[in-house]
Amino acid sequence: MTIDAARGASGVPADSSRTFLSPGTQVPDATGHFGAFGGRFAPEALMAALDELTREFDAAKTDPSFTAELDDLLANYAGRPSLLTEAERFAAHAGGARILLKREDLNHTGSHKINNVLGQALLTKRMGKKRVIAETGAGQHGVATATAAALLGLECTVYMGEVDTERQALNVARMRMLGAEVVPVKTGSRTLKDACNEAFRDWVASVDTTHYVIGSVMGPHPFPMMVRDFQRIIGVEARRQCLDLTGKLPDAVVACVGGGSNAIGMFHAFVPDDDVKLFGFEAGGDGVASGRHAATLVGGSLGVIHGMRTYLLQDDEGQTLETHSISAGLDYPGVGPEHSWLHDTGRAEYHEITDTEAMDAFSLLCRTEGIIPAIESAHALAGAIKVGRELGPDATIVVCLSGRGDKDMHTAAGFFGLMPEGDEAK
Amino acid sequence: MSSVKTAYDKAKAEGRAALVGYLPAGFPSVDGAIEAARTMVDAGCDVIEIGLPYSDPMMDGPTIQDAVHQALVGGARVADVFRTVEAVAETGVPTLVMTYWNPVDRYGVDAFARDLKSAGGAGLITPDLTPEEGGDWLAAADAHDLDKVFLVALSSTDERIEKITAASRGFVYAASLMGVTGARTAVDTGAPRLVERTRASIEKQGLDLPVGLGLGVGDGAQAAEVAGFADGVIVGSAFIRRLLDAPDQASGLAGVRALTADLARGVRREL
Repeated sequence: MTIDAARGASGVPADSSRTFLSPGTQVPDATGHFGAFGGRFAPEALMAALDELTREFDAAKTDPSFTAELDDLLANYAGRPSLLTEAERFAAHAGGARILLKREDLNHTGSHKINNVLGQALLTKRMGKKRVIAETGAGQHGVATATAAALLGLECTVYMGEVDTERQALNVARMRMLGAEVVPVKTGSRTLKDACNEAFRDWVASVDTTHYVIGSVMGPHPFPMMVRDFQRIIGVEARRQCLDLTGKLPDAVVACVGGGSNAIGMFHAFVPDDDVKLFGFEAGGDGVASGRHAATLVGGSLGVIHGMRTYLLQDDEGQTLETHSISAGLDYPGVGPEHSWLHDTGRAEYHEITDTEAMDAFSLLCRTEGIIPAIESAHALAGAIKVGRELGPDATIVVCLSGRGDKDMHTAAGFFGLMPEGDEAK
Repeated sequence: MSSVKTAYDKAKAEGRAALVGYLPAGFPSVDGAIEAARTMVDAGCDVIEIGLPYSDPMMDGPTIQDAVHQALVGGARVADVFRTVEAVAETGVPTLVMTYWNPVDRYGVDAFARDLKSAGGAGLITPDLTPEEGGDWLAAADAHDLDKVFLVALSSTDERIEKITAASRGFVYAASLMGVTGARTAVDTGAPRLVERTRASIEKQGLDLPVGLGLGVGDGAQAAEVAGFADGVIVGSAFIRRLLDAPDQASGLAGVRALTADLARGVRREL
């Protein structure tokens, strides 16, 4: 059945449970463990709230009124289903493989983040809480949270590393326009991980009235599972759209991985399809060998961070290392525990993409397809070029285009020398 | 018998609460921290907690964040933590390590327990490890005869308090408020009730375990208030504040000594 066929006359999907169909994998277990990963390494003060959230989410996902409300918002507010666009001119640079772009950039607010945020904002109301907080790196999750808060009448505070508020100034303005308070975080490396620390500090003190809308498949249980379930619609749609368009499943599915929510969202529906290869591309920065990168699964080791057991970038004494990526949204030293599990079981492969490779792919998509991708998503595009060249012209590859690049114009203009000084030099 | 429990028992026999002081290793320097901790012992602390500096102190407010940042910038290592424990434990006062979980996980749980024991340490306080995820640590602590200090919170259910007290040894750390570390102007009104609930759980299980209350206590008057309902008073940020605000080490130590004396009067309810 196609997405369109699944819709009733009102335009609302008839199959309201489709968001939460959870076939194939048996993870996590009841205590949030994906094999050796995940769990709940959190202060006791948060345990009651995490238990409450687990119960509410379990109840909500089988409550027809909740799923209907979410599906309505996804369809009539966020604009789902997102398109699957064939990228023929781009594909010529990817070994001639057939490249299909899952257009999460076309969602309201410009990225996949809205899928998760709408779900968690509805849960917040269901729990009777009045305020949401969020961490953000590139600002995509912060903007999405501020948007959902405005829509549903919730107070909103977003924590953002000071470095990121500078490189993503436009998104700071967007969040403030939407009525959110944006708090620049000045501790540590002043990027995403420090924004997470500060959001947890707020939450410990405000948990009675506040829900922490974690933006990726990370954190203590139930967040990695819950965010996955809210994001898995990406892959559910893409799988059906690919079948409709090509009559078969893709040979490979490709996504960028920071915390990993767009990637899990894309991968999850394909995990039981053994013939579909899953590729995650991490932020290689200046190259993993340089030490200036954020490629957790490629270059990290096992540990505990932000409430979960997972791979992370740490020194020999367990201190978190500073990361580097041109993409603020991938500039994070940990990764969602389900990715660690997919990595160790071999079901998915993870590789690095350097800043330069990502920016080359960024430019290529602009000029061949007229689509400006987020720099995060450009890592997936650069990965798709490599996978396409390896698999050859008979292959079909679905790429998660997780967000649009408007927010990155300042960085891109600087990188490519498109600033006014550059014009004068011509 | 836990040396920490013995210290609590001694205080109880004297009709007062125990005074537990926290300081991170390596702040303001490794030797500076040792000197400050020994000053705290000398002026009346019954138990010392040495903090293991960590890059992502999720449960700490600005004061402890500043101190551990300075310690890490100064190059503090796990070996320095053990050296600090050894130097403080030599005074005869039981010395615990308070640490986020990842550095212990990275070191190797059993190896950490072994090296802590050989440095003369009494055990661990684990703010982001609950008994559910702490299987390796519970086993290592038992193997090396170390105290396991877990936290209870205002939000803890009775069921969780029971699980936590059952897994604890040395004492139970009651977090007095919902929030991060740092001195506050008043003790949360819910704190006495939490201590009461924790004691009821301990009694119900037939255990013998003191309850210390921490987070937010900053002076002798607050210590006296807490001593009215808890077995121990835990103070951290206020000591660090004295060292951060002092123009030099000597006046910082004088401030630490004066605060300890004030708190020591507080736990004796002499204020």
